Amino acid sequence: MTLSLQPTLFHYLLLGAFLFAISVVGIFLNRRNVIIMLMAIELMLLAVNLNFIAFSHYLGDAAGQVFVFFILTVAAAESAIGLAILVLLFRNVGSIDVEDLGRLRG
Amino acid sequence: MNIQPLVFYAFAAILLCAALLVVFSRNPVHSALWLVLSFFSAAGVWLLLEAEFLAIALVLVYVGAVMVLFLFVVMMLDVNFAKLRERFRSYIPVGATVGILVLVEMALVLVGGYLSPGAVQGPAPAPASFSNTRMLGLQLYTDYAYPLEIASVILLVAIIAAIALTHRRRKETKYQNPAEQVKVHPRDRLRVLRMPPEKKEL
Repeated sequence: MTLSLQPTLFHYLLLGAFLFAISVVGIFLNRRNVIIMLMAIELMLLAVNLNFIAFSHYLGDAAGQVFVFFILTVAAAESAIGLAILVLLFRNVGSIDVEDLGRLRG
Repeated sequence: MNIQPLVFYAFAAILLCAALLVVFSRNPVHSALWLVLSFFSAAGVWLLLEAEFLAIALVLVYVGAVMVLFLFVVMMLDVNFAKLRERFRSYIPVGATVGILVLVEMALVLVGGYLSPGAVQGPAPAPASFSNTRMLGLQLYTDYAYPLEIASVILLVAIIAAIALTHRRRKETKYQNPAEQVKVHPRDRLRVLRMPPEKKEL
């Protein structure tokens, strides 16, 4: 396995993989804090976008960049609504602890 | 000496360190600021991949709008964050295991397909007159016009949802309700009494 110093597709994809793994760990560690979980989801989306753009560059296809454009749009919409729900949650429950969300007991 | 690998490793190192600090910070305001730094470094990496429009869009839209929104919300909510970190240490074994598993699985996929020499050659750098924005614009408004319209409808739905969820009516404001005004019947407003005329003693 030769690992060159010149950044190739492998380096970019590995960077995306590391970022994704860090955000998965972040969700596991911060499972009580809704705000940090939302931030970890943004990091996951960033890792996926990096993957798309790396492939778009190395395969010469613009579709990767177009898809990243749409992912940015949807991620912005999702953050806005997620934070609105968080604010509403804090108004009604008084905390952002995931464990206090047990109102819909089955 | 080619400076491009150095730039890539610098941005990648900053990106990974900032991402780790987002996850491990005690204070969520610090986490939000480290997330801003990681977005800037990611924009730098995207510039190396010749995606200039998306790099600038990331800084303008994501950092400029979404992260500002995050910072507003984080600073506005009065939360006891010390209580939320109580059992942080007990989650570390499972979290580390899952993280290492995810990383190893992804690395295996990459080593299998993309590491043989000459597997995927990078294209020659585009000439200075090549406009990434123009290329994206041409694609978006012709081949991907329908998804573009759907994306704008998604943004509209997000606006309506965010406002509808968090809008609070102030009870002391007086406002008119035209529907109520139109439904009024004269008998609700006016009562005609029959009274005998008063007889005055002359």
